[in-house]
Amino acid sequence: MTNVQYKVIVGLEIHVQLCTKSKMFCSCAVEFGAAPNSRVCPVCLGMPGVLPVMNRQAFEYAVLVGLALDCRIPMFTKWDRKSYYYPDLPKNYQISQYDLPLAANGFLEIPLESGGGKKIGIIRAHLEEDAGKNLHTAGNFSQVDLNRTGTPLLEIVTEPDMNSGAEVRALATELQRIVRFLGVSEADMQKGHMRFEPNINLIITKDGAEYRTPIAEIKNLNSFRALERSVNYEVRRQLDEFLETGQVMEMGNKTTRGWDDEQEVSVLQREKEEAHDYRYFPEPDLVPVELTPEWLQQIRSRLCELPLQKQMRYVEQYKLSDYDAGVLTAELSTAEFFDEVVRDGAEPKRVCNLLTQTGLKIANEKGCTINNLGVTPEGIAHLARMVEADTVSSSSSVSIFEVMVETGKGPEVLAEELNLIQKSDAGELERIVDQVLAENPGAVEDVTGGGKKSKKARGFLLGQVMQKTRGQANPKVVSDILDKKLD
Amino acid sequence: MEQLSAKELRDGIAAGRISSLEATRAVFERIRRFEPTIGAYLSTCQDMALERAADVDGRIASGKTVGPLAGVPVAVKDNMCTTFGATTCASKILANFHAPYNATAVERLLAADAVIVGKANMDEFAMGSSTENSGLKQTVNPWDTTRVPGGSSGGSAAAVAARLCFAALGSDTGGSIRQPASFCGVVGLKPTYGRVSRYGLVAYGSSLDQIGPLARTVEDAALMMNIIAGHDPADSTSVDEATAPVCDYLQKLDEPIKPFRIGVVPQFAAGADEQVQKALSEAMEIYKKLGAEITEVEMRHLDYAIAAYYVIATAEASSNLARYDGVHYGHRTANPNDYVEVYSKSRAEAFGQEVKRRIMLGTYALSSGYYDAYYLKALKVRNLIRSDFSAAFEKCDCIMMPVAPTTAFKIGEKVNDPLQMYLSDIYTIAANLAGVPGISIPCGSDDRDLPIGLQIMTPTFAEDKLLRIARMYEKETDWHKKEPRLAND
Repeated sequence: MTNVQYKVIVGLEIHVQLCTKSKMFCSCAVEFGAAPNSRVCPVCLGMPGVLPVMNRQAFEYAVLVGLALDCRIPMFTKWDRKSYYYPDLPKNYQISQYDLPLAANGFLEIPLESGGGKKIGIIRAHLEEDAGKNLHTAGNFSQVDLNRTGTPLLEIVTEPDMNSGAEVRALATELQRIVRFLGVSEADMQKGHMRFEPNINLIITKDGAEYRTPIAEIKNLNSFRALERSVNYEVRRQLDEFLETGQVMEMGNKTTRGWDDEQEVSVLQREKEEAHDYRYFPEPDLVPVELTPEWLQQIRSRLCELPLQKQMRYVEQYKLSDYDAGVLTAELSTAEFFDEVVRDGAEPKRVCNLLTQTGLKIANEKGCTINNLGVTPEGIAHLARMVEADTVSSSSSVSIFEVMVETGKGPEVLAEELNLIQKSDAGELERIVDQVLAENPGAVEDVTGGGKKSKKARGFLLGQVMQKTRGQANPKVVSDILDKKLD
Repeated sequence: MEQLSAKELRDGIAAGRISSLEATRAVFERIRRFEPTIGAYLSTCQDMALERAADVDGRIASGKTVGPLAGVPVAVKDNMCTTFGATTCASKILANFHAPYNATAVERLLAADAVIVGKANMDEFAMGSSTENSGLKQTVNPWDTTRVPGGSSGGSAAAVAARLCFAALGSDTGGSIRQPASFCGVVGLKPTYGRVSRYGLVAYGSSLDQIGPLARTVEDAALMMNIIAGHDPADSTSVDEATAPVCDYLQKLDEPIKPFRIGVVPQFAAGADEQVQKALSEAMEIYKKLGAEITEVEMRHLDYAIAAYYVIATAEASSNLARYDGVHYGHRTANPNDYVEVYSKSRAEAFGQEVKRRIMLGTYALSSGYYDAYYLKALKVRNLIRSDFSAAFEKCDCIMMPVAPTTAFKIGEKVNDPLQMYLSDIYTIAANLAGVPGISIPCGSDDRDLPIGLQIMTPTFAEDKLLRIARMYEKETDWHKKEPRLAND
């Protein structure tokens, strides 16, 4: 058995659809699922004589992502035409950015499963227009739907800094969180808002010598699962191929592969990296974009605390678990809601429990975000404080939360209405305990007698008290009384 | 009535002295008589024109305000999109193309209450200098029907010269307004790049294309400029009013510019025919009498203009014309086997020779491995030419040179010799590369009584000055009043 070790090298190209109201170079609405060719105009149809006009919002969104990725933002960028013939590209060129992208040389920090973070280099990010869609459902003919044509796309290219499928997935999910936090993309995978193309190869050490396998690029992946699995598959495939053929990376032997989601295999698409000649040249119909310091500052002012920063702050400042902090920062709306509740003076850990165990569960069922449940951060802060003050039990708080969502009423009113105010009056509770003890001499005997029945009997007695008070007794107070009486 | 200038006609109509309907009918009567010979139009829109003319007359009669070109019959080159009639670019590939929108310049004409009579013939996609490259029709020169009208705006120039309209819009990428204006004895102005919106002008060389007027007089050109010039939010390359305000080009038109200096480039102009050179020197004499000082300027890179132009324009064209692929609109081949054949056969069938030649040239120039040697180099030359103009304009107010090396040549004379044809743009191309405005005004005739044009160029956005300088000459001479004698006239 020879000694073989390998290191996985992955770089990623990501296309993110920006959530502007209108398209990149015309005023057509960006809308998913509209009737074919109903969101088009002469400009995005590439009719003779039309001219593009840059969507400033898209440019600002793109710069904002560049800033969040710690990129250098040049004050001068321009547009280029990338030529290729395809029916879903009506002009037969795509307006893109070639040698002067709007952002370059940044990094994105991803959380590692082992804890901590890792910086992944960002080579560049540039804006371009999306193509339409070819449909092959009409027999001998193909049809073209150009609704998507001209949708603003941000292409982000990373350094080959990732060393596993899990890291690639972490980068993708982290980027999704970031663009959602920045409000520049819905990043809805189902709607194709994020598409990935990983470039993968291995550095193999065999008998002391080092070999690099040919790079394979997997095209057009649109789920995190497919992304991670395709990388893992490709690692195994390349290792097997190398051991079988000894093929190493050479000029021009990069391949392009597609991912078969059902078979979970990658399929060869293009044997050799075709000498694609896109004949880039500067787009003469658009003027270069010159940022001013004021404009850049205006964009920068829209940067918010990024998800990973927030997550780490929750862990440090509020002592939340990394898992809980991750759940709270998965969506900006959740994080913002949480921040507001905490700002209203509620105890963070308590708020976290209310939101992650009840709020997000309801929101999930309703298919909405937590800020759209019809409960206010003040209401939830109030509820959290009531639990804090033992006015209601934490189990009652779940029912109160649910009814708050249903009725829109405040927690205090509901606690009264639902008879969920906890009884903590020791005098009254002692009377009830005495009554229960009198009614259940057998159990009392089991407790006082010790042994294995003791714990169960004690629980039984506690349950009896709770029953008599219809759940309103403060279990802690009852427990104290029981301890006192039975010791 | 057809003797009137557009401005005179407009004033007469506005004052209620002349009926637009009558003027329009008169134009269509001439079209009926002469168009079969001249072939200036690819399509006419008589019903719409008469309707608009009657409407203008009615509004004037009822005392309503009308636009600055109310009731004046004008023509539009067929590379400007119109919702009426077809927009063909004189190409078989767009022979049945009906645009869903109006070009901004057309919208502005309509808003000025102009009466559009038809769409003028041109070289296919504006590629050519004789209108012989039209895929749909041959236009002849009204001064000699065996000769070309020039191009690519040959239809517009011939229509104005033959009084088949009172003024026209053309487009100029390398001389396509000025050269046919010169060949047909009319005034043709290529404005500064960015002065007139290109929205709706079917692109040939996007960084060079510019719409401008062809007219009988400098005054008419100024009138047309008042209507079409100005910023358009739909054209990112159109210059905003803050950077270069549009002025009323008629307001100071008759005020001579004094004193002023004319720059000439003797060794460059020496390449022109003797008769052209002679007419030019006579024009200089007149300007001298008007108080101008003639000064020689050095423009060292003009000799490279044609080479740079044919790289840049064709590179842009190869990309601009990629969209005519038979997929979405326009000609599609009958029985393609696959989508690649839709492209290759549709394009092979419907594009003319010259268009194919330029697409291939441009594709080559942009190809990887050649980009630096051709396209990038051409851009550098373009910058040098720009600098030449800037330096020259330090020393003079305007530059004068011939429009074309010859007068109108025979139909068929150069059509099989593309390089000879390209050389007919030698004097006009530099203005497009530099973006400066240039005008061609009638300044003489050769021994065959064919018109000769004088070209004047000024710094960017100095159209007011350019028009005033041209007007000074026009007031002193009668060349612009000469008319071609048409058969059956």
